[in-house]
Amino acid sequence: MASKLPRPVIPTVIAVLFLVGWEWFVRTGPDTRAVLVPAPSHILKWFWEALLSGELLSATWVTMRRLVIGFAIGAALGVPLGALCARVRWVRDTLGVLALGLQTLPSVCWVPLALLWFGIREEAVLFVVVMGTIWAVVIAVQESVLNVPPLYLRAAQTMGSNGWHLWSRVIFPAALPGVLSGMKQGWAFAWRSLMAAEIFVVIVTGFGLGSLLNAGRELLRMDQVMGVMAVVMLVGLLADLVFFSPIERWLRRSRGLER
Amino acid sequence: MSSPHAKSTAPAALTLRNVTKRFDGAAGQVTALEDISLDVREGEFLVVVGPSGCGKSTLLSLLAGLEHTNEGEIRLGEEAVVAPGRDRLVMFQQDALFPWLNAIENVLFGLRLKPDLTEAERLESARYYLNLVGLGNKEKARPHELSGGMRQRVALARSLAPNPRVLLMDEPFSALDALTREQLYGDIQEIFTKRKKTIVLVTHNIREAVCLGDRVVLFSPNPGRVQQVFDVNLPRPRRMNDPALASLAAEVTTALSSHLAK
Ligand SMILES: Nc1ncnc2c1ncn2[C@@H]1O[C@H](COP(=O)(O)OP(=O)(O)O)[C@@H](O)[C@H]1O
Ligand SMILES: [Mg+2]
Repeated sequence: MASKLPRPVIPTVIAVLFLVGWEWFVRTGPDTRAVLVPAPSHILKWFWEALLSGELLSATWVTMRRLVIGFAIGAALGVPLGALCARVRWVRDTLGVLALGLQTLPSVCWVPLALLWFGIREEAVLFVVVMGTIWAVVIAVQESVLNVPPLYLRAAQTMGSNGWHLWSRVIFPAALPGVLSGMKQGWAFAWRSLMAAEIFVVIVTGFGLGSLLNAGRELLRMDQVMGVMAVVMLVGLLADLVFFSPIERWLRRSRGLER
Repeated sequence: MSSPHAKSTAPAALTLRNVTKRFDGAAGQVTALEDISLDVREGEFLVVVGPSGCGKSTLLSLLAGLEHTNEGEIRLGEEAVVAPGRDRLVMFQQDALFPWLNAIENVLFGLRLKPDLTEAERLESARYYLNLVGLGNKEKARPHELSGGMRQRVALARSLAPNPRVLLMDEPFSALDALTREQLYGDIQEIFTKRKKTIVLVTHNIREAVCLGDRVVLFSPNPGRVQQVFDVNLPRPRRMNDPALASLAAEVTTALSSHLAK
């Protein structure tokens, strides 16, 4: 009976059928078909070769380094700016509003300006990643600080807490869940924009995943293109799986927001 | 019935003179408190009772220094109350515990703001007060892992631990079930007798007021005013089902409804 099967069985069967069907579809077609749609086996073969040659690892490293450094800068700037927005009315009415607008702008739109300002160099890519991260973080910090229950503040104040102590021991801990989801969103924005930027311009200082994908396009090697797409997806999933999700779950669990 | 002013047996810990507080709400100006004059004696358990909206929470916020008077003045001993201070801790109705800290860390929060203590002394003191409220075995529990009654006990320990001169309590038991409440009435009276604290507690529950207070101040609403003050000369610990307590509660209820009927 179907209901007795363990849950992963059906999806696995479907996935295998899908891959076999895909492979069959490519192999039974004319040669041009294999160029347009690479077979799963071709993608795997590319993956294996790129892994052995070190090309894939070095591209992943270059991209990850850009992402992590840019994200760290964006978050490090975004947290104090967001706090300032929450704290000072006129900053909220200026910078806060600007952040709302800039957040809707895909940060790859900054590429032309970044190239002009920084040249075709690492700084230009970093700038694009920072722009992708910072506004989401500013908005998240501002909103979560403004939403800290006044009761916590009152309780802390009567115990003699104020100034930096109040910020570091009450406001930030209380705002942390919201700040974290803002960072997660900033990370997602930065990741997408970084890919776009790497495909869009060849940055001479490093050959990232986007550049690898673009090279595949120029060589008409769709196995490489789809292989890189898979890696990009995998990296995104991994970042969520090993970084954001565990922190979020721990945070929610330790405060009883979840089972 | 007695005068709202101190009978000079003990010095006044808190003094309110002609205190008026107004709020600018969405529906225009509200006078939450009007012309309140009241003394709280050192070591007294004063209970303010009145229907909801009569300005009880406002009164405590003023005493805590979280809000400011429009008219009149409030003094703690000789000093004017202008800002929050460790000498006046507030225990709120519910869930003012910090969910990112466990029970003992919550109790330590106020203690860590006292620079003259060593960390070992703080820890010892936090343990002492957690034990005092019967939660010595729940040190590491997060607030969400505790029942409502236990949470309020931790909150009580947190307010007591820094040894404030005055403890202000805003309907601290109203969110609890009757059984838990009864237990806590016992606890708080025991602590009051043992520690000789000055306590101002506000509640809308007349029985509770009579059970806990040395004096009960009845507030009337719209605007909040002192209507009548009752002395409660019953021995402690008092129990809710004591008949003497019931007859006094009936007296307060009559006074309140006669005012509301006007
Ligand atoms: N921050 C505020 N802004 C406007 N009105 C307020 C505010 N706080 C209290 N009030 C008003 O003051 C009155 C007394 O409120 P409160 O002190 O909370 O009463 P209680 O605690 O006795 O229920 C109410 O009419 C309430 O609406
Ligand atoms: Mg109230």
